[in-house]
Amino acid sequence: MDVNIPAGILVMFVTIYAVRALPLTLLRREIKSPFIRSFLHYVPYVSLSVMTFPAILSATADIRSGAAGFAAAVILAWTDGNLFKVSIGACLAVYIAEMLLAA
Amino acid sequence: MNAKDWYIRGMRDGIPIGLGYFAVSFTLGIASKKAGLSAAEAAVMSMAMLASAGQFAGIGMLAAGAGWAELVVTTVVVNMRYLLMSSALSQKVRQDQPFFHRFFMAYEVTDEIFGISMAVPGKLYPSYMYGAATAAVPGWVAGTFLGAVIGMILPESVMSALNVALYGMFMAVVIPPSRKSRIIAGVVVLSMAASWLWTVIPGLQEISSGFQMIALTILIAGAAAWLFPVQEKEAKDDGR
Repeated sequence: MDVNIPAGILVMFVTIYAVRALPLTLLRREIKSPFIRSFLHYVPYVSLSVMTFPAILSATADIRSGAAGFAAAVILAWTDGNLFKVSIGACLAVYIAEMLLAA
Repeated sequence: MNAKDWYIRGMRDGIPIGLGYFAVSFTLGIASKKAGLSAAEAAVMSMAMLASAGQFAGIGMLAAGAGWAELVVTTVVVNMRYLLMSSALSQKVRQDQPFFHRFFMAYEVTDEIFGISMAVPGKLYPSYMYGAATAAVPGWVAGTFLGAVIGMILPESVMSALNVALYGMFMAVVIPPSRKSRIIAGVVVLSMAASWLWTVIPGLQEISSGFQMIALTILIAGAAAWLFPVQEKEAKDDGR
């Protein structure tokens, strides 16, 4: 059967929503198991770190500007920690690095 | 801080996410148009799915005329990581909040909104996620739409810079707790090293990055939980 585009989008929306909603709605109570609690505690640190590195190095026009963005993000996050400043600082570092590389 | 204050805080923290989304979704809009979607369809798809890898896979399937089963199965597989993120959020949200909030929170479980929500000190008000979504979703939808209508308008240097905005957010989430806890610092460094190794080891390279993230998360977070179980107090005080 042919899938037209609007119907396909609807099916994918329902599917992805189910993936996101099932744990949130099924795990209503506090989990008692110390192992699972600890596991979920570490999940954000692992998942976000894995997604960032080394992907950030290939997210820009040149691996060196990607490295500059990564370094700026780590240093700013270590010294300041403010989400907005870290994020914008990483962007600026990439922008400046690419200007220097082009010069 | 009450629910309304958390909403405002969420909006503030969501602004850099919106900027990053705007840049990333341009490419998505351009790809959508090539795949035969109208700009309106692309924008609706972005608003509905809020998922970059998931949407790229989706437009690929729509262009190829994939069947229903393939649409469902691939969408589940590519977006499997949200199962883990949603599980972690289920334990982070305040128990005194009405249950229906969980249905609305589920919509905005993206890598970035998940990240900043888990970084909130103590328990999470759903309104924080709503605030973040209010600031971030328009960037995602507008970028997709403009990408589909006019193609690339931003100069390459600006695109390049904005592309790292979201990675910057991730660092702002994982680095400050690493300062306070050597265990978390170790977990972060090990995760990056393992992720890098995965990309250089022949054979592993061909495995999709979605699966890579899930496999490494289960492995490393599991090992950390086994070796360094979190004390109750620590679990409540984490974050910034």
